Amino acid sequence: MNFVYHVEGGDFTNAGSTSSQVKRMLKKIGVSPEIVKRTVVALYEAEVNIVAHAYRGDISVDLEEDHVKIVLADEGPGIPDIDKAMQKGYSTASQKVREMGFGAGMGLPNIKNNSDSLNITSEVGKGTTIEFINYFQ
Amino acid sequence: MTLEEIKNLVQGEIICGEEYLNQQIDCVFASDLMSDVLTLKDVNNLLLLTGLSNLQSIRTCEMSDINYLLIVRGKEVTEEMKELAEDNDMVVIRTDYSMYKTSGILYSAGLPAVY
Repeated sequence: MNFVYHVEGGDFTNAGSTSSQVKRMLKKIGVSPEIVKRTVVALYEAEVNIVAHAYRGDISVDLEEDHVKIVLADEGPGIPDIDKAMQKGYSTASQKVREMGFGAGMGLPNIKNNSDSLNITSEVGKGTTIEFINYFQ
Repeated sequence: MTLEEIKNLVQGEIICGEEYLNQQIDCVFASDLMSDVLTLKDVNNLLLLTGLSNLQSIRTCEMSDINYLLIVRGKEVTEEMKELAEDNDMVVIRTDYSMYKTSGILYSAGLPAVY
């Protein structure tokens, strides 16, 4: 099963609504609470990243028998140095994002800690794609 | 300690979830940084103290499986926040006390930190 959700940059009111829908779906199909939490924490951080940094993005959720693959592709400024962005504490977030309780340079490390495999690609001036997989067992 | 006892200790006001006030709380985490809250592993019977009152503090609780939230400094809770909290069967309490005072009162009353 594949589901696609659209996210608008700067829309803090709805930031997290996709993560919320995915959480309900994973719970409904009986994924263990621990893996649901890992998945939606990673997804929520990545969704907030689109709202915080990009112009818009699509979140594709691919639900398979034994895993879920989530791809977040945004149109935005891109990340010039991914290794640097992965460092704890490194952030380019605006004041507005910080007021929302994010922007402390913990997002990408949090995504890494809560996913079984993670791949980030980015092109400056075009956008960023984050892909992660979590297994149900 | 129950949520009812906590509410009384901090002279709090129930925003939603009154029916769950007999729930037992075992530990507390205090933070305004939601990314930090999202790193918590074991959140069973955990109370989150925060001065950040917006939709993202409720969403963060939803994603982290945190059901109990205490908002400090009398910050406004919007109708949207309340609805989202109710949808997730959360208890939200608000106190006029500051983060430090609230933490001090609850710690002195025997509620430990999560770590």
